[in-house]
Amino acid sequence: MGMALLVNAEETVSIILFGVGFTMLMLHRNLIKKIMGMNIMDTAVYLFLAVKGYIKGRMVPIVTDGIQEVSAYINPVPSGLVLTGIVVSVSTTALMLALTIRLYERYGSLDLDQILMRAKEEEA
Amino acid sequence: MSFVQNFPFFSIIAAMFSGILSSVLDGKKARNLSLLVIAVTTGMSVMVLGFCMRTGESYTYMMGHFPAPWGNEIRAGVLEGLTAVLFGLVMFFAVIGGMDHTAVDVEESKQNLFYIMIDLMLSSLLALIYTNDLFTAYVFVEINTIAGCGLIMIRQVGRSLSSAIRYMIMSQLGSGLFLIGLSLLYDVTGHLLMSPAKEAVAEIEAAGLYAVPMLVIMAVISVGLAIKSGLYPFHYWIPDTYGYATPTASAVLSGLVSKGYIFLLIKIFYRVLGQENVIASQMINVLFVFGLAGMLMGSVHAIMEKDTRRMIAYSSVAQIGYIYMGIGLGTQAGMVAAVFHMFTHSATKALLFISAVGLYEVSGDRKDYRSLVGAGYRNPLAGIGFAVGALSMVGFPMLSGFISKLLFATSALQSPHKMLPTIIALAVSTVLNAVYFLRLVITLYTIPSGDEGEKTRAFSEGQKLSSEKEDGHRQTSSRQQVITKLRLAVVSYILLNLVLGLYSQPIVAAIGKGLSMFA
Repeated sequence: MGMALLVNAEETVSIILFGVGFTMLMLHRNLIKKIMGMNIMDTAVYLFLAVKGYIKGRMVPIVTDGIQEVSAYINPVPSGLVLTGIVVSVSTTALMLALTIRLYERYGSLDLDQILMRAKEEEA
Repeated sequence: MSFVQNFPFFSIIAAMFSGILSSVLDGKKARNLSLLVIAVTTGMSVMVLGFCMRTGESYTYMMGHFPAPWGNEIRAGVLEGLTAVLFGLVMFFAVIGGMDHTAVDVEESKQNLFYIMIDLMLSSLLALIYTNDLFTAYVFVEINTIAGCGLIMIRQVGRSLSSAIRYMIMSQLGSGLFLIGLSLLYDVTGHLLMSPAKEAVAEIEAAGLYAVPMLVIMAVISVGLAIKSGLYPFHYWIPDTYGYATPTASAVLSGLVSKGYIFLLIKIFYRVLGQENVIASQMINVLFVFGLAGMLMGSVHAIMEKDTRRMIAYSSVAQIGYIYMGIGLGTQAGMVAAVFHMFTHSATKALLFISAVGLYEVSGDRKDYRSLVGAGYRNPLAGIGFAVGALSMVGFPMLSGFISKLLFATSALQSPHKMLPTIIALAVSTVLNAVYFLRLVITLYTIPSGDEGEKTRAFSEGQKLSSEKEDGHRQTSSRQQVITKLRLAVVSYILLNLVLGLYSQPIVAAIGKGLSMFA
């Protein structure tokens, strides 16, 4: 078990990072840190995909010097997924940050608990 | 190849491009474009459904003619067509019924943005229904989340902003889990398309390899989508989001968005992971237990709630619990019941939200449900709509809620270990539903008396006076229009409910047929 974790060190690291990001997004009270957590979580997935797509000793999947065999190149699909994923996470990050700015302007705090409390008070 | 087979792709792309086009239109034109697109895509879905019923089989549609293991695919069958038709109808009437409130709730300059969100929502829902590719599903899940967030935060009153951030956080937790699940699945199977992935999964299971990763994949994907659809312990964002958004948004969010994710989950269970593997992994038992918990706790929360809209939102928690309970039974009949309840809940919850608006209008827009005393007399049609919706949720015969409860109960009889908890939970939850829904209906039809009555009567008379004072004629004619639109929506939803309730046999048969096409 321990050996397997060591052999797949990159995957292990990316899953640990995923956990760190997930926990931050879920439990942290500060909105900016939550967003950072979200980015760590997403990036961990990209690291995982990139590692899985990489095959040792092979080239970037762009045809060079007329070499046509598939076995000369790494798997291009995970790289494509990472690119798509980055686009998605950029847009969600932008949206979250915009929302955070709005919330800060309105409630004067970045602390989610305080924001929710003030929102509740405002209503009452 | 028949021309109709192109329609799933056309409808997704039409909805998406209408969103882009709306960014340069003004509010009214964007709204009309939205309505047009929803009507056209629903029409297309009807034809797809008809085509699949006629041929009796599903088909896959290659995007750009790249063959199976590489390209991107769309897949349509009876269940996809049926779901798309129902979602289209619910969305169309939600937009019509809430149109005038949208015009008031949303700033003039942002009207078109609201309809862009509606278009994107439609496009992403259709894509979630039709797609045969896992990563495409992830991308559209995110588009759906962003559109949903836009719909919540565009009404800038009360707690809408703070509820939007809560919604975003929970959704991102769900999408993160879903994404890592997909990545793991891709690494184990080497495929993103559902059909080849399923073959690979079957081989892996037969060889007995990767037992732990497969379990993790199942758990992570199920939990991710369960968070996004608001299954019980992850339901905290629901009441705020549904309670404070503008009526169209509430109806769309509660009626459709969570169902899109559930549909995707069912599709992944059947088309990728293999239903028998999911059952063997005990994952469905987890969903079953949380479903039961949701059924009871959602109703208990709703009983304790004073605000009508939040009460309806908590009832959604309970209804999502029903759906997951049906999935958790692990039989074909249970799944049919779950899908049928998905339809029931879409039609009924939208009806409740839209008619609640009509009732609020005549009662001074206060939060407490007791302000609605006698509102059923002041706005008779909205009152009837609300009563029908409430009775359907409680499970009154003739209405769709009755059929789904019947289906749940009969399917529970087929799984001996889960029969008792299911039937007890159904009974208790029905009683709890009746407690708060009938309390509301009785409130609506109580003749106002004393203080409360004076206040509301004074309010409605005052409103009448002021509206007469403000250049009388135009005001009354526009008010007439408002009522007509609301009426149209409420009547259509009631009809939809009656159709689901009275014409249930063919629909249930179609769901069964669609599910067997999934395999």
